[in-house]
Amino acid sequence: MNAEQLIPILASTVGAATPLVYASLGELIVERAGVLNLGVEGMMLGGAIAGFAVTNQTGSLTLGFAAGMLAGMALALLFGFLTLTLQTNQVATGLALTLFGVGLSAFVGRNFVGTVVDGLKGISIPWLSDIPLIGPLLFRFDMLVYASLLLFIVMQWFLNRTRAGLLVRAVGESPQSAHAIGYPVILIRYLAVLFGGAMSGLAGAYLSQAITPMWVEGMTAGRGWIALALVVFATWKPWRVVLGAYLFGGVTILQLHAQGFGVRIPSEFLSMLPYIATIVVLVIICRDPKTILLNQPVSLGRRFHPDA
Amino acid sequence: MLKLEPRPEPSIIMSYASPLLAVALTLVSGYLLFSLLGKDPAQAFAVFFIKPVSTLYGLGELCLKATPLMLCALGLALGFRANVWNIGAEGQLTLGAIVGGGVALWLHDVQSAWLLLPLMLVAGALGGMAWAAIPAILRNRFHTNEILVSLMLVYVAKLLLSWLVHGPWRDPQGYNFPQSPMFHDAAMLPLLVEGVRTNIAFLIALVLAAVSWVFAEKTFAGFRFKVAGLAPAAASYAGFSEKRNVWLALMIGGGAAGLAGIAEVAGPIGQLQPSISPGYGFAAIIVAFVGRLHPFGVVLASLLMSLLYIGGETAQIQMALPAAITGVFQGMLLFYLLAADLFINFRLRWKTRPRGSAAAIPVVSKEAA
Repeated sequence: MNAEQLIPILASTVGAATPLVYASLGELIVERAGVLNLGVEGMMLGGAIAGFAVTNQTGSLTLGFAAGMLAGMALALLFGFLTLTLQTNQVATGLALTLFGVGLSAFVGRNFVGTVVDGLKGISIPWLSDIPLIGPLLFRFDMLVYASLLLFIVMQWFLNRTRAGLLVRAVGESPQSAHAIGYPVILIRYLAVLFGGAMSGLAGAYLSQAITPMWVEGMTAGRGWIALALVVFATWKPWRVVLGAYLFGGVTILQLHAQGFGVRIPSEFLSMLPYIATIVVLVIICRDPKTILLNQPVSLGRRFHPDA
Repeated sequence: MLKLEPRPEPSIIMSYASPLLAVALTLVSGYLLFSLLGKDPAQAFAVFFIKPVSTLYGLGELCLKATPLMLCALGLALGFRANVWNIGAEGQLTLGAIVGGGVALWLHDVQSAWLLLPLMLVAGALGGMAWAAIPAILRNRFHTNEILVSLMLVYVAKLLLSWLVHGPWRDPQGYNFPQSPMFHDAAMLPLLVEGVRTNIAFLIALVLAAVSWVFAEKTFAGFRFKVAGLAPAAASYAGFSEKRNVWLALMIGGGAAGLAGIAEVAGPIGQLQPSISPGYGFAAIIVAFVGRLHPFGVVLASLLMSLLYIGGETAQIQMALPAAITGVFQGMLLFYLLAADLFINFRLRWKTRPRGSAAAIPVVSKEAA
């Protein structure tokens, strides 16, 4: 394999990783605030169809991505209302959100099956994009790839260096104490859940408007669940989320290219790789329960009711 | 103002009423949805919920579709009781179909149904158990989350089935369609009534519902499940092994789902195909909750969910309503149920704000600090 073959593979790895970066960074904030939203897959599908439909109708990718984020937030709001206001079980509600998102997106998308849009294109930065090897590798991606890396930096700063980030963490570690000293726990959790929804929606919209600019029922194919696994893999640290997302992007792309390299394995087995890799990685990370216990937000998945 | 107030004790009435409330709210939402789609809601309701079950054949279809839902949900419900979140019933169902179906294809010379069918059913259950054993081992040994592992295995199982019917198990006389040969008569589950497609698996599911009630309510293992779910700390204090619970819950869930899988391919489908389930394993999660994680509740809930599936199909054919509407109804039903469950532990109280004297005395509230 030479550089000419390798560069497109590395470049497409970045593309495959980007939706995972968005969805898992979003879920990371949600979980840091002590809420477990298992509905990522559903919110991604909601974002994917909303984004696609709007772009298809208006021709504007910007509106499409905005619609994807709004759809993700709308579904997240539903989740927030049920779990935070009505105190429902977070695991069950998250599962319900995924099942609902799968059904709703198929329902809304029924008239869009088989249509296409003009997908998001890479930007070419004058001069930089033309440098051999480095140009195609670093400077020809679309805006959202760069934005995802910026998001990571901002989040790292937000969680570790700002007062608001400290609050989010406090709410996830000990909502009772945060409440006792006067912070609005439920409100903070709502905001985190909404942010997670927006990021999942954006991740879905990226799938349907950048990676494959079309709508296919259930097109997330478990990426929402992989994003959830990545948060565990990352032991709730943003930099490891990005690392994990790129590793998974690599597995996904290798799987697509394996047959090109003359690997004689049925395509179904290659398609299993990302799912099997997820399981293997979970085993490696969770093997030592201390790593998880030390890093996992203490109140993750537990209900909090100010009066109770 | 209206305020939620914790009840001193969970309301028993509400725990029975909330599924009914959820169904009612789903129907109201359905009414609005039909109106929004420009369909006559009354007609849509008739087509969706009444027409499918107005004939003997229709009732048979109802029981037929309820069977895999019931089997999967019975196993899941027992696990959920013990806080074991097996979400991969869809994958375990697929493996059951593969292993049980494999036996049918392998023993295609055996003409005795008395020999072949029990073998297939056992193989199907074992297939589902094998698939469920993976999250069980990984959780017990490596502390991995069974939700994520069992879910990832759904995709793996579906790809495995797809490979088999596209490759080694493809029917050589099948005009290149990705499907196995049809099972021969001895490998097909016998029908209960002539002319109706319901087969013996429905009876098996009903018997298992009774068995699972006995297990949950009358055995020590069932008691350990309940304690582990309601009070994990008490369970570990009493020395109940969490690992044993995880094992047992996943084995029961996987076995039942595997049985559902083989019952589908040896029943209405009659061969292995790339797709053997329209998401029964996922819908069973809803069934388990709507059925209150109680075996008899699961029986009723699976009939209700089956009606949603069949109604959805009828509405698709007769009113050109999209098939995906079934999924929307299913999700909605679960949302409403979870929300209605609020009233088991809370009640709504109309509270008047303290006035006059209350304002004069400074009240130290939690927020004041």
